[in-house]
Amino acid sequence: MNRADLEAMAQREQQRQQAFGCRILCCASTPCLSSGGQAVYDAINAVISEGGWEAEVQAVATGCMGPCSHGPMVTVQRPGEEDVVYERVTSDVARALVAAHAGKAAAVAPVEHVMPASAPFFAKQQKVVLANSGLIDPEKLEDYVARGGYRALAYALREMTPEEVCKEIIASGLRGRGGAGFPTGLKWDMVRKEHSDKKYVVANGDEGDPGAYMDRSLMESDPHRILEGMAIAGYAVGADQGFLYVRGEYPVAAKRLERAIRAAERRGLLGSRVLESGFNFRIDVRIGAGAFVCGEETALMASIMGHRGQPVPRPPYPAQSGLWGKPTLINNVETYGSIAPIVENGAAWFAEIGTAKSKGTKIFALAGKVATTGLIEVPMGISLREIVYDIGGGIPDGLAFKAAQTGGPSGGCIPAAHLDTPVDYESLKALGSIMGSGGMIIMDEHSCMVDVAKFFMEFCMDESCGKCVPCRVGTVQMHRILERITDGSATPQDLATLQELCMMVKETSLCGLGQSAPNPVLSTIRYFAEEYTAHIADHHCPAGVCTLEKQPVGEWVTA
Amino acid sequence: MNTLTIDGRAVHFKPGATVLETALAHGIDIPRLCYHPALSPSGGCRLCLVEIEGRPNPAPSCGLACAEGMVIQTQSEQLTTIRRDLIDLFVSEHPLNCATCDKNGACELQHYAYEYGIGQTSYDFEVSRTLFQDDNPFFVRDHQYCILCGRCTRVCDEVVGRNAIDYAGRGFDSHIATPFDGIMLDSSCVFCGSCVQVCPTAALVPKTQHGRGREWEFQRKRTICGYCGVGCGIEYMVKGHEIVYARGYPEAPANGEFLCVKGRSGWDFVSSPDRLTQPLVRRDLAYKLGITAEPWTLPATSPLKARKPEEYFVPVSWEQALQIVADELAKVVSAHGGDAVAGLSSARCTNEENYLFQKLFRAGIGTNNVDHCARLCHASTVTGLGMAFGSGAMTNSIQGIRDAHCVLITGSNTAESHPVISYEVVRAVKKGASLVIIDPRRVPLVDHATLWLQPMPGTDIYVFLAMAHVIQREGWGDAAFIAARTEGFADYVASLEVYTPEVAALHSGVPAEKIELAARVYALGQKANEIGDWRLEIDPSAQSRNLTISQSHNHSISRGPACILYAMGITQRTNGTDLVLSLANLALLTGQIGKHATGINPLRGQSNVQGACDLGALPNVLPGYQPVTDAAKRQAVAAGWGLDDLPPHNGLTVVEMMHAAVEKHLRAMYIMGENPMLSDPNITHVEEGLRALDFLVVQDIFLSESAQLAHVVLPAAASLEKDGTFTNTERRVQHLHPIVPPPGEALPDWQITGAIGERLDAALGRPAGQVRWRFRSTAEIATEAAAVTPIYAGILHHRLGDGGLVWPCPSPEHPGTPILHTERFSRGLGKFHAVQANLPAEQPDPEFPLILSTGRVLYHYHTGTMSRRSVGLDWREPRGYVEVNPADAAAINLRDGGPVVIHSRRGQVRTQARFSDRVQPGVVFLSFHWKEAPANLLTHDFGLDPLAKIPEYKVSAVRLENPSRRE
Repeated sequence: MNRADLEAMAQREQQRQQAFGCRILCCASTPCLSSGGQAVYDAINAVISEGGWEAEVQAVATGCMGPCSHGPMVTVQRPGEEDVVYERVTSDVARALVAAHAGKAAAVAPVEHVMPASAPFFAKQQKVVLANSGLIDPEKLEDYVARGGYRALAYALREMTPEEVCKEIIASGLRGRGGAGFPTGLKWDMVRKEHSDKKYVVANGDEGDPGAYMDRSLMESDPHRILEGMAIAGYAVGADQGFLYVRGEYPVAAKRLERAIRAAERRGLLGSRVLESGFNFRIDVRIGAGAFVCGEETALMASIMGHRGQPVPRPPYPAQSGLWGKPTLINNVETYGSIAPIVENGAAWFAEIGTAKSKGTKIFALAGKVATTGLIEVPMGISLREIVYDIGGGIPDGLAFKAAQTGGPSGGCIPAAHLDTPVDYESLKALGSIMGSGGMIIMDEHSCMVDVAKFFMEFCMDESCGKCVPCRVGTVQMHRILERITDGSATPQDLATLQELCMMVKETSLCGLGQSAPNPVLSTIRYFAEEYTAHIADHHCPAGVCTLEKQPVGEWVTA
Repeated sequence: MNTLTIDGRAVHFKPGATVLETALAHGIDIPRLCYHPALSPSGGCRLCLVEIEGRPNPAPSCGLACAEGMVIQTQSEQLTTIRRDLIDLFVSEHPLNCATCDKNGACELQHYAYEYGIGQTSYDFEVSRTLFQDDNPFFVRDHQYCILCGRCTRVCDEVVGRNAIDYAGRGFDSHIATPFDGIMLDSSCVFCGSCVQVCPTAALVPKTQHGRGREWEFQRKRTICGYCGVGCGIEYMVKGHEIVYARGYPEAPANGEFLCVKGRSGWDFVSSPDRLTQPLVRRDLAYKLGITAEPWTLPATSPLKARKPEEYFVPVSWEQALQIVADELAKVVSAHGGDAVAGLSSARCTNEENYLFQKLFRAGIGTNNVDHCARLCHASTVTGLGMAFGSGAMTNSIQGIRDAHCVLITGSNTAESHPVISYEVVRAVKKGASLVIIDPRRVPLVDHATLWLQPMPGTDIYVFLAMAHVIQREGWGDAAFIAARTEGFADYVASLEVYTPEVAALHSGVPAEKIELAARVYALGQKANEIGDWRLEIDPSAQSRNLTISQSHNHSISRGPACILYAMGITQRTNGTDLVLSLANLALLTGQIGKHATGINPLRGQSNVQGACDLGALPNVLPGYQPVTDAAKRQAVAAGWGLDDLPPHNGLTVVEMMHAAVEKHLRAMYIMGENPMLSDPNITHVEEGLRALDFLVVQDIFLSESAQLAHVVLPAAASLEKDGTFTNTERRVQHLHPIVPPPGEALPDWQITGAIGERLDAALGRPAGQVRWRFRSTAEIATEAAAVTPIYAGILHHRLGDGGLVWPCPSPEHPGTPILHTERFSRGLGKFHAVQANLPAEQPDPEFPLILSTGRVLYHYHTGTMSRRSVGLDWREPRGYVEVNPADAAAINLRDGGPVVIHSRRGQVRTQARFSDRVQPGVVFLSFHWKEAPANLLTHDFGLDPLAKIPEYKVSAVRLENPSRRE
């Protein structure tokens, strides 16, 4: 396949889709499937075949549409009309809406299930990476191509040198979406400049933060976007082999990616002589085995090479010596998801989105105590307040916002006082949290911050690989102190020890897991110190979560 | 250039060195627990953190590369606080019960706990790992003391190449484990104990040390290992007169600090109840001589007891025994001449003892009938490399192997027969070298091989010739080297014409393109990642190219160092000399010789087989490979011994001696430390020969199968009980020191041989003192040997030190020669020899359709006299077995582990079948260690190599029988 064939394929598919009077898109992502999405999809298909409307009405199983807590979601597309989005669709609702929109029967559309397009949940979002999410069938290459897929790759291969691609990415200001925010283009250029007979491109899909599922949704909803991004990266850095490392708990994502790779290879969009150029690029999926630490890049590479997933000291950085000692480019899957739009629309377009130092959009998995939880993509620099109150619809049950936890076990908590902070790399860091990979958990006043810190510490303790002593033993000791604080047996000395330990573990751990493990504790101490003292000195949990059934041992007695 | 500042001191660093290495090299100590100089940095203990000017956070110095102008601070208040906290964390899960700990005083964690004043943890103490793993006789793993530094897993991966252990579990539950948390025996562990060697705490302790004392209670004594020819330096920890445990030490030149299972754990045979402690005389001879003695008793624990050797021997005094030997030998010499006596010297005795032994035969008895087991292992090397280069020994050093870009191993099961050399190969591979193995058997190192060529046994000669053909055809040879340093090239090239890779493929079964690839990888010394595509892009017209024309002067070829290692698979063959020559030709053709990390490296099998050859325990050469037929050299040696001349004609070789004994040309034999009743081919014939002798004296440490046939048995000291020198496979002469005293009345061999010489002179009526037999020390013998042995002229005991000396060492000031043939070959020019491909003497046929190969297993050594009396070694491999391919086994319905009878034209052996894909269909493998299943009942003693007279142990035609189907 060459560029002309690609255009032809896109047009063919567009015409085919337009021939339908009505397209009914059903979300087939994990959240909607778990709330009955499969039954809805089956019901829609049943109605279509009962009515004999196959020629006019098409049912499509798509990826994520966003408001996951409102699922199963269904979108109805009619040529020349605005899309109609339905929430909380059941089989009965589905039957009704098909009948109504197909226009064959005098059925009334179930308007009470319509989620208006003007709802703030949609209005405040800006979809760049998720542009196709929920609109295409992730298992159909044609759907992706019809929406301009692989055009960026074809353009880069034909019109740009590898150096120009790197320059374009640098100019776009794109930064790593895995959380650390390293400028992506610079990393690409470093790998490009390395001299080696073999280079590798790796996509990190080992998303492990509790409550975060951005990468999973992206991989499930739009797998070709990631492949295209990786292929452009391979061309830019001079690699001919890519690895996509998918978390073992994401079987649907892995399956869809593997199918996507096969489909792309069959059409000459991956594999040998991509798009009839001289560029070869193979991608293989590697599936993790349940270790959180494998999201750390050196551990991830060890795992790909068949070793135990344990980090090794950096430098040397993967860009110099990665997989099998060869220069290796490793980025998060969301980062690769941003590549095609940048190449297609230009760096300047991308750089206009966001703030001075944080460009583009970021996907968050909005979770916790908000009215609408789900997957959102927002421009960098949007305020936390807009996310919580506009997109999320505020805190339910009339309760007050207490904190937003970002960055998972490596991040921190942002209190209500900072609700108007713009969400970008630097601002979050200044608040003691991090952007992280995109987990965002909203907490109301019923959350105990010590308990939250303990939860994340337990997570790190369990997930420590055991290699370096600060992380392996330090997390255990920190967790033990937090346990004492929450069960009432802690002394003021414990709090001092906890803080000391936090600093030591942060400074001396081998990899990011240990270095950031104390962050939830440090940030909750920073903003909610009074909760800690209430537990220790007053033997009282302000949120009413902790039981505090024990007493401190030893000479220290409550006053 | 290349300077950085550490603690205010400007220090020089080697490019590529880390800050920690540089600091340690300059005597600046940085605390560290997971770092080990022989292993890659791990960065897990975090103790070696240092402050770097201009960086906000401290960084571990073990993984920090030195950079120009870097400013490093290794000590500061902040660092001390961090280190204290880290040690505090370590001891929060490591019991500080030092008073009852075996490692007390040698524990590195204890050292730092002391230094940083951590008497107990300030955190909550909890041991996460409590398993006490005691599943093997070599070492115990006590998990509560493990600090997860990972040194053991890295040494197993990076040095030993076995990957038997790694981390398992996560976080606080992490622990070191074999796959699926199984027992060591079920893993790929080879029990070399390198993990024990590097363990900083008491997590891994040798079983023999457990509960037997702390470090300061032991005397440390160093000597050279008495097993294979690597010549590892070993440090024995001795309490009283007993060895507690053994370990390596980093200054040892051959092995660094790593050892194999035999070296580290196989020393307990010295205190076996079976040891010979007094001279014995056969009962019938004693009766004839009128000797009455108390009956001999063996300790009740001796396994020999069941066979009642007491009934055959009576104990006598040394005086009586020596007199009998002298009288009986004199009787034969007087009646039949000196040539009716023959001696087998020992590759396990010291240089001094071998020197004295051959002197006894040449100067005392008057014959050149002295040989030893080198005849059975590397005789073809001595002849072949002698013809090609002028010197029949390993050309390069062991530690040079790790720098090679390509290692070609053929006919050597290095990982089992020379384990410590396989560590060097593994290190080379880990550094990116390609490993090419040409072997019919899937030897363990194949796991690390880049390329494995599997010819049918006996056909490898075609592969070597075809490799030379390809190298010549493609112009990969080193034309400048050939022109300047060699001769005989034209004839050689002409002889290669017919040996195309296609012809070789037809005979050997190795695909032609694999041969072509191997040729390129070796000739150009390509690293594994330089090989590129498996399929060679060779111009198809090349096959018709004229070999002599394509000798292009291709100076643009970039060539990395490549070395060849080989052993018995090459030499123990009817055409052993031809095979050695064909390997030598490859090196000459490509110039892969005379430089660091190149060369032809025959791996010698026994601790001092090199030295025994060097010092003339061979029937055709005097000490220093001076031919007995060269009158001038012979007379010079004779003059050194106070004589006018020595016997001028070549003596009998080992196998010829047995033939001569049967035919009664040979009447008496003196065997020192050899066991031909297991080690020689066709042992039915050997037994016939030994029984036919008028007089047989055997000097050994155990009552071996051969000693049981002797008239007089003399108890000798083991290598751990005496001093002297061994010459290892890389020609390094190293000093032995006594570790424990010999048992009972046993004496060092040199004292026995000297005393026999003295009495023999008297019995033959020669003037006493004309030839010197009496020496006060081995140093005196070495001095005399140096005077008559040009290559050893500078090898004197006081010069040896810890590192030894590598011969040739022609003068007392000479520093030794680790790499041979650097400027010129020992014979002047390297000589190409045209070699024709010949097949083995015995071919399989319908009656005996399978090929039997013999060799060693890791846990045993030679005829098992030592290793089978070691508790651990015997536990790991207690019984003999034959490796059978499942396809062959299925044909006669064998059961894995079930009985099988192997028949050859010489005899039959019953043993256990072990199904294995190490052997290809049509081939079986039986090691020769087992007296219950003696492989050499099956091997043949005809078709010796015409030049080297070596028998063909590697190819015998056999048939398998399933005994359960006999009826």
